[in-house]
Amino acid sequence: MVCIQVDNLAKHYGKLLAVDHISFKVEQGEFFGFLGPNGAGKTTTVRMLTGIIQADEGSVSILGHKAGSLGAKQMSGVLPEMANAYTDLSGWNNLMLVAQLYGVPTGEARERGAGLLQKMGLEPRKDDLVKGYSKGMKQRLILCLALISDPQILFLDEPTSGLDVQSARLIKGLLQELNARGKTIFLTTHDMDEANQLCHRVAIINQGRIVAIDAPEKIRLATGGVHSVEVSFNGEASIETLANLPGVNSVKKLGDKYRLYTADPGELVVSVVNFSGVNSLKIVSLNILAPTLEDAFVALTEKETK
Amino acid sequence: MPFGATVVQQARRCLTIARKDIRIYYSKGPVVIFGVLFPVFLFLSFTIGRHLGVDFMIPGLIGMVLFFTATAISPIVVPWETQARTLERLMSCPVTVETIIMGDILASFAFGVGISLVPIAIGLALGITISSPLVLAAAIILAAFGFAALGNVFSIPPTNLPATVNMIASVVKFPVVFISGIFIPLDELPAWGRAISYVSPLTYFTDIARRCIQGQGYLPVAVDLLALLAFAVLLLAVAVWFHRRTMPRRI
Repeated sequence: MVCIQVDNLAKHYGKLLAVDHISFKVEQGEFFGFLGPNGAGKTTTVRMLTGIIQADEGSVSILGHKAGSLGAKQMSGVLPEMANAYTDLSGWNNLMLVAQLYGVPTGEARERGAGLLQKMGLEPRKDDLVKGYSKGMKQRLILCLALISDPQILFLDEPTSGLDVQSARLIKGLLQELNARGKTIFLTTHDMDEANQLCHRVAIINQGRIVAIDAPEKIRLATGGVHSVEVSFNGEASIETLANLPGVNSVKKLGDKYRLYTADPGELVVSVVNFSGVNSLKIVSLNILAPTLEDAFVALTEKETK
Repeated sequence: MPFGATVVQQARRCLTIARKDIRIYYSKGPVVIFGVLFPVFLFLSFTIGRHLGVDFMIPGLIGMVLFFTATAISPIVVPWETQARTLERLMSCPVTVETIIMGDILASFAFGVGISLVPIAIGLALGITISSPLVLAAAIILAAFGFAALGNVFSIPPTNLPATVNMIASVVKFPVVFISGIFIPLDELPAWGRAISYVSPLTYFTDIARRCIQGQGYLPVAVDLLALLAFAVLLLAVAVWFHRRTMPRRI
């Protein structure tokens, strides 16, 4: 069943066409990633999907309701980019306020709120004013606010951006759990690892247009790209000499490692081993790396920009 | 959902927004103290030394306190929420723009009505009598609603700077006080002065307060009440119509 249906959606800001007639579908229960560089149109799209701003053209349907209608909002939980909770209220009062705005019965709101705060590690600080929370705590609380109505669809705009590792892990873990329970999740991010780990499908948007939409692995393979061999020696090696090894397209030094890009990684490994023997260098580590989703993302967005 | 059920649902959520506003923006000591002291001192600075009777001063004082308190915070709630990045979260909840605006206006209304009881209590302590308490109560309710809506109209420009909105509000609020029969009663104004005074909703409240406390008003009570009702409806309509257009541009 289609959960989010987007048809020919467009948004102008003056002369700038921020979102250029995009169309896609998200199935119920799907974890859908929406990727793109800064200024690509991700947040504008999410705001049109959640009804915060009106589209200039096209339509969005959320489980059969027009985006922005009370019906669509009632079924959605939203974590806007850079949003804040009310800092002059406690975490608990913020939760109860949002529960009332969604019409959640008091008993249910209290039970669900306590469970969410417990799960997000905020229970000991629930009665403190939000102004005393750290950034990670605030973001965890805002996710709780998005979940207090037990929505069928979650719209999350950069939920882990700039967070400490623990908070990011906690949020990602909860999102996986929610998706396993059947929630549809629309995740906007520019973190490729996050998208790769969490999403069933991703759409890549650049300059307001969708340039790819598929499973992360399929996008990675379809984009092709070069493999690389990452090697670390027990001493310094000359980048020029490494670049002259047979089959090497280019070389990058990354910390104490060298990354050699090639179309034939098997042959290059042999050359690298020979190189170490000839130059009396011991190999500390050696890995063959396939193109990543990030490589695919860069290739797709650069191609589109050119 | 049937229309009636949607109205009841949105009315409940509107009260939730009003409670939130009162808790966050109005129930702070400095806001309450400033709400009472500012109009009192402004009023005293124009009346001390003029040997005016208590029954003349109190209606003007009630009018000023009601006007300044009901328009004190409502202009800056929306810019504050924009600046604090809480507005987008609020807009993503299942509430309409009308519900958000009505919630903000209700909070201002409650604040204005509550604080206006202070000069009434002072007047009663000084010996004034209120000839028609129900008429005065109706006038306070209508005027507080209209003034709160006026305050909300000031916040229409999509800025997130409360100082900018305050400046716009001050440019309107201070002249309104001087043309509304507070310092000079309507019957003592020249014809052109009276014509200007009819543009201000505060004129009709002050007139009705004078009738109820001083025993002499210039316009019939029905005209004053109808004018206050008309201003309240008009200002509410203006606030909602413009905020529907400007609120998404704040994000």
